[in-house]
Amino acid sequence: MKEGFRQAMAWLHTWAGLIFGWLLFAIFLTGTLSYFKNEISQWTQPELVPHQVTEVDSVNRAQRWLQENAGDAKRWFITLPDERSPALGLSWAKARGGFERKSLDALSGTPVQARESMGGEFFYRFHFQLQMPYPWGRWLASLSAMVMFVALVSGIITHKKIFKEFFTFRPRKGQRTWLDGHNAVAVLVLPFHLMITYSSLVIFMTMIMPVSILTTYGGNTQAFFDDLFPAFKTAPASTETAPLAPIAPMFEVAAEKWPGSRIGLITVNNPGKANASVTLTPSGADHIPNISGTTLMFDGVSGALKDESTMSAASLMLAGGLYGLHMGHFAGPLLRWLYFLAGIGGTAMIGTGLVIWLGKRKLKHAKAGVLPFELRLVEMLNVASMSGLMLAVVSFFWANRLLPVSFAGRSDWEVRTFFCMWGLALLHAFVRVFFREGRSAWREQLTLAASLYCALPVLDLLTAGDYLFASLKQGQMTLAALDVTALITGIFLAWGAMRFGEGGKVAFVSKLTPTDSRRKSDSGVSANSGSEPARESVRADATAQEAN
Amino acid sequence: METLSVSASAPEKRQKAVKRTGARSGEVSVRWRLAVASRVTAALIGGYLLTALSSVCLAQFLPLARAEAVVLAMTLSFLVYLPAVLWCFVCRTAWRAWFGLLLPSAVLGAIYASARWLL
Repeated sequence: MKEGFRQAMAWLHTWAGLIFGWLLFAIFLTGTLSYFKNEISQWTQPELVPHQVTEVDSVNRAQRWLQENAGDAKRWFITLPDERSPALGLSWAKARGGFERKSLDALSGTPVQARESMGGEFFYRFHFQLQMPYPWGRWLASLSAMVMFVALVSGIITHKKIFKEFFTFRPRKGQRTWLDGHNAVAVLVLPFHLMITYSSLVIFMTMIMPVSILTTYGGNTQAFFDDLFPAFKTAPASTETAPLAPIAPMFEVAAEKWPGSRIGLITVNNPGKANASVTLTPSGADHIPNISGTTLMFDGVSGALKDESTMSAASLMLAGGLYGLHMGHFAGPLLRWLYFLAGIGGTAMIGTGLVIWLGKRKLKHAKAGVLPFELRLVEMLNVASMSGLMLAVVSFFWANRLLPVSFAGRSDWEVRTFFCMWGLALLHAFVRVFFREGRSAWREQLTLAASLYCALPVLDLLTAGDYLFASLKQGQMTLAALDVTALITGIFLAWGAMRFGEGGKVAFVSKLTPTDSRRKSDSGVSANSGSEPARESVRADATAQEAN
Repeated sequence: METLSVSASAPEKRQKAVKRTGARSGEVSVRWRLAVASRVTAALIGGYLLTALSSVCLAQFLPLARAEAVVLAMTLSFLVYLPAVLWCFVCRTAWRAWFGLLLPSAVLGAIYASARWLL
């Protein structure tokens, strides 16, 4: 019965992982990039230069511009520049419905003159909306998250000796190496995997598990959100007009109430009306949990503090804490890189899992030399979802530098380039896998991707070198760091492409196959990792894993 | 009913074994496929039902302010979904999977209904 239980878990792990693996790979990869959302946006809009500006100056400039250009709006939102995003972010709900955004230069207070680009926002949006219409993308992403959760836990159960095996890594042993790598990376960042998966469900819980709101609040779901975020209640604008009080003095009150915390978001309700109000929210960069319910509310005409609310209930801190951990707004540079590396670990875990699934089944057909249709289909999707996505990502950056700066709709064309490249990669994978063999698809796509990543810094130098040097002179490392990261990625992909080269048949050949003994003598690498008993137990465990 | 579930279970397990050892493809029976589809549906829909009802009961009975109880109920609900899904693939037959989800769902539904409308 016990073995039956673990076998059932192995079966579930295998199939849940396969069917959602391709989508999860894309979600994890683009989500990982999103940890550097603002930095990517800086790279894609190098015209934006960070300035040393005080909060007071920034908010005065924002208020002046909005009063002149969006005086009749229902509501304004202002975010101040910080160390990760140089521009003043403005958005407002228009009187006749609809929503508009604008970035202001923090120094001049005029709209930024930068090339149009979604930048990091594109990867961020894609990782939970999947370029699908609302709410379908979010639902599909949430379903994938639930499947990820199931795959994680069933994987842990399948794999009971995870900690012992963690120290067992046998390189250059084909299938076994992939399995060791899969296990090692899974265990190494297991807390991250569990946190990121569960928190993604919590982030969208009001969209995917809303029944309890309905049973508690009836049809009036807005009342639930008003309870949580009392400061964001919308009141109809009064017909009387009154000038808006200056926002900057309110910051002094906030500095007293929240020592050591900056202001994240400024919300102005009914600006220019007699019932105007201003709400300040602390910056997410200074707190781990998301506490958007903690606010100070000011009268918009007199400028006096009217009300304050604090989000401190345990249940709200639990949900807000998970939310905050997922987003990582609080992370400084070091922790942000750790987040990024953990994200790569998650992506690699999914990728190796997909490779193992196919590798195991390929073994059965090794003698015949012909793969059945369904295995070719899986191989095609593996190639397109992994190396194809890497190609799509880098082509987005290439498009950003190659499309003319003033080209109309260039932002859309960047996105279009991303998906066209991905589509072409799928087509290429199809042709290669079905009419030649999968290895050539991997090799060619990885080679192209490697050269595009390696050449990205060169392209950046040629097309936007002035910005790069200017930013370095200012001591800003963001642009250079992205170039270096692209170069390292390119080198890694080149190494991957070489492993798929004509000579070395390393990737999918198992130790258990007859071809292996030949390969072993070729490479001259002996099993030298892991103690003998550990390896024995691994073997027994691996057999259980293979039993599906 | 019981005989049906037993007869559905036996081939289900056996087919899995055959699939594992047999090198030739196409040996998976229609019955096995249906049983798997039934388990998947039970996990998705039955699991969701049980999860939703658990969160409804939690929100109703947690001694917290209304909004806090609802937030906690939603936050914890996925911890119910997970074992519900695992159950669907661990239990011996697809019928059991459904039974094991619908029975507690009915109990939770009855508890909520009686608390809401009878007491």
